Amino acid sequence: MEPSTEKISVKDLSMAYGDFVVMRSLNFSVKRGEVKVIMGGSGCGKSTLLKHMIGLERSSSGEIFYDGELFRPDATAGDAFCRRFGVLFQGGALWTSMTVAENIALPLESYTRLRASEIREVVEFKLSLVGLAGFGHRYPSELSGGMRKRAGLARAIALDPQILFFDEPSAGLDPLSSRRLDDLILELRAALGATVVVVTHELASIFAIADSALFLDAETKSALCDGNPNDLIDDPTVDSKVRNFLKRGELDQATAPAIK
Amino acid sequence: MLYLKRVVVQAVGGLHGYISLQWQAKERQWRIKTMTRTNNKPACTAQSGSSGSGPPDLVLRLSGRWSLAEQRPALSEVVAEVDASGHKTLRFDVDALQSWDTGLLIFVRSCQDWAEAQGLICELADLPEGVQNMVSLSREVPKNRNMPEKQVRDWLSGVGEHSIGMFDGLMRYFTFTGELVLDLFAFLTGRAQMRRKDCLFILQNTGAMAVPIVALLSFLTGLIIAFIGVIQLQKFAADIYVADLVGLAMTRELAAVMAGVIMAGRTGAAFAAQIGSMQVNEEVDALTTFGISPMQFLVLPRVIAMVLMMPLLCVCANLVGILGGMVVAVGIADVTLVQYINQIDSAVSTTDFAVGVFKSAVFGVIIAMAGCYRGLYCGKDAASVGLAATSAVVTAITWIVIADAVFAVLFHILGI
Ligand SMILES: Nc1ncnc2c1ncn2[C@@H]1O[C@H](COP(=O)(O)OP(=O)(O)O)[C@@H](O)[C@H]1O
Ligand SMILES: [Mg+2]
Repeated sequence: MEPSTEKISVKDLSMAYGDFVVMRSLNFSVKRGEVKVIMGGSGCGKSTLLKHMIGLERSSSGEIFYDGELFRPDATAGDAFCRRFGVLFQGGALWTSMTVAENIALPLESYTRLRASEIREVVEFKLSLVGLAGFGHRYPSELSGGMRKRAGLARAIALDPQILFFDEPSAGLDPLSSRRLDDLILELRAALGATVVVVTHELASIFAIADSALFLDAETKSALCDGNPNDLIDDPTVDSKVRNFLKRGELDQATAPAIK
Repeated sequence: MLYLKRVVVQAVGGLHGYISLQWQAKERQWRIKTMTRTNNKPACTAQSGSSGSGPPDLVLRLSGRWSLAEQRPALSEVVAEVDASGHKTLRFDVDALQSWDTGLLIFVRSCQDWAEAQGLICELADLPEGVQNMVSLSREVPKNRNMPEKQVRDWLSGVGEHSIGMFDGLMRYFTFTGELVLDLFAFLTGRAQMRRKDCLFILQNTGAMAVPIVALLSFLTGLIIAFIGVIQLQKFAADIYVADLVGLAMTRELAAVMAGVIMAGRTGAAFAAQIGSMQVNEEVDALTTFGISPMQFLVLPRVIAMVLMMPLLCVCANLVGILGGMVVAVGIADVTLVQYINQIDSAVSTTDFAVGVFKSAVFGVIIAMAGCYRGLYCGKDAASVGLAATSAVVTAITWIVIADAVFAVLFHILGI
C-alpha cells in the first residue's frame, strides 16, 4: 500500500470545556514532513486544540487520524503510539524536582536501552541543539523562563519523535534564540523527517517556517483558513481578519480613518 | 441486571485489550528479532585514504543503521589502533550508511572532539546534509563553562555549616514570629491589608467544614475513654464516676488535643501546600512587588481564622465527647441519663472548661504558624511543596504536645 501523504487528519473535531464551546467542527490535515502553524488570537483555543491532538483532552465529537489510524487516547495511553509524539508545553512543564539533564534523560531511560554514558552524551547533544550545553546540572527553578522553554524543547525531541507539537515555542525568547529555534524546527523536519505542529503568534517565525497555517477564530469558533501564510497575506479572497492578523493590524489602521 | 451486564461488558473489553496488547508486544519482539537477523548493524572502520597530494586523510567508513536503538561502536574502540600523527584531515565515508538518527549525531560530535584533541581537521562535507546541519547547529552556542565547583568538605566544616544553617533557621523563625506580632497589631488597629473574602473563606474552611470530622473523632474518643473507665470502675461498683473521667479528660485535655491534631493534619498541611505552591509559581513575589505584605495578606487571615475557630471546634468536641461517654455509661454501666448529666455538672467546673478552650486557641496559633511558615519558606520545586506540607504537620503536632506539657506544669503550679 502506498503511504498516504497525510500524517494527521482531523475530522469534524469539536472542542468544549463543559458547556463552554471552544471550537466547532474543525477539519484539517497535516502532511508528512510539513510544518503546520496554528495561529489565532490569544485565548481562541490553540492550546486546547493541541491538547486534543495529543489526547490530553477528550473531544466532544469528531475524530483524529494518525497515518490513517484512528487515534483513541484511552486505548493507546503510554503506548508506542504516543512515543511518536514530542510535545513542548506552553509553560515548559519541566519536572521541577529533577535537574534539566534528568528531565531529558527520563524518557531515554524509560524507552531505550542506552548505557548511562550514552544517555549522558545524548542529553548533552540535545541540550546543545537548543543552545543550553552545560546547563544540565541546573534545576528548572534556576533557569530563566526562555531557558526553561528551550529545555522543554530538548526534552520533547529526546526520543527523535516523528511528530512534534510545540505550544508557543518562541514566547519569551530573545530574537536570536527565536531565530535559532526556527532553524532547529526546520532542521528537525529535514533531518528526522518529522512532522511539526506549531502554535505561535510570532509573525516572523510564521512566515519563516510555516508550510501551511491554520487560523482559528474565537468569534465564529471555527477555522477561518488554511494555507501558506505568504499566499494568504495578499489574497483578497481570504478573510480580512486573517490578513489583518498577518499584517499586525495594519488593515484596521488603514480603514479606521475611512470609517470616521 | 443492567449493572451486571455493564460489568460483564467491561470485563470482556478489558480482557480483549490485554490480549491484544500482549499480542502487539509479541509482534514487536518478533519484528526486532527479524531486524537484527539481517546484517545492518552499525559499524565504523578507520582507514588511511589518499587525498591527491599531501599527507593521506584519515577516513572513517560508516555502515549500517546508525540509530539509538542499535548497539553502536564507540569512537574510542574505532580509533584505538589509529596513529593520527601522519594525517591532517579526518573525513567520513557514508556510502554504506543506511539510516541514522541521534545515534550518529552524537558519534560525529565525539569525532569532532577527538579530531580537535589530535590536531586534525574534521571534514564533515561527506556526511548527509542533515547531519552536517544538526551538528553545526549544536555547536552554535558554546558550552556553558561556569559550573559550580564540586565542593569537598571535611566533616568538621559540615558540622559547622549545619549549625550555622540551624541558627539561621532559628533567626528566621523569630523574624517570622516578630513580624506576625506586628501584623496582629496592624490588624487590631485596622491597618492590615487583607481581603474580607479571603478571611471569610478561610474561616469557613477551618471552622464549619472541619466540624464533621472533629465531631466524629471526639465522639469515638469519648466512647473509648468511657469504655475503658467503666470496665475498671465496675470492679469497685463506682460506675457513676465514669462521668467524672470523661468530663474532666475531655474538657481539660482531650478535646483540645484531638482538635489540634486533626486540624494540624487537615488545615496545617493545606496552609503549607497552598502558600508553598504560590511560592513556586512566584505568586508570593508578585504580591511583594505590589507592596502587599505576604505576611499580612496570606499568613494573618489564616492565623486569625485558626485562633477564632479552634475554641469553637474545642467546644464542639467537648459536647460530642461527653455525649459519646454518655452512650457507654447509659448503655453498659448502671448509670441513668439524669445521673450522668448531674455528675458531669458537679465534676466539671467552669475553670476546667476554660482551660481546655484556652489551650485550643493556643494550639490554633501553633498550627497556623507552622503551616504558614513552612509554606512561605518552601523551595521552588514540586517536591519541596510536599516536604513543606509534611513538616508543617510534624512541627505542629510536636509543638502541640510540648505546649500541652508546659501548660500541665504551669496550671499545676498555679493551682488551676
Ligand atoms: N481547563 C479549562 N477549563 C475551562 N476553560 C478553559 C480551560 N482551559 C482553557 N479554557 C478556555 O478555553 C479557551 C481557549 O484556551 P486556550 O486553548 O488555552 O487558548 P490559547 O489559544 O491562547 O492557547 C479560553 O477561552 C480559555 O478561557
Ligand atoms: Mg495557549
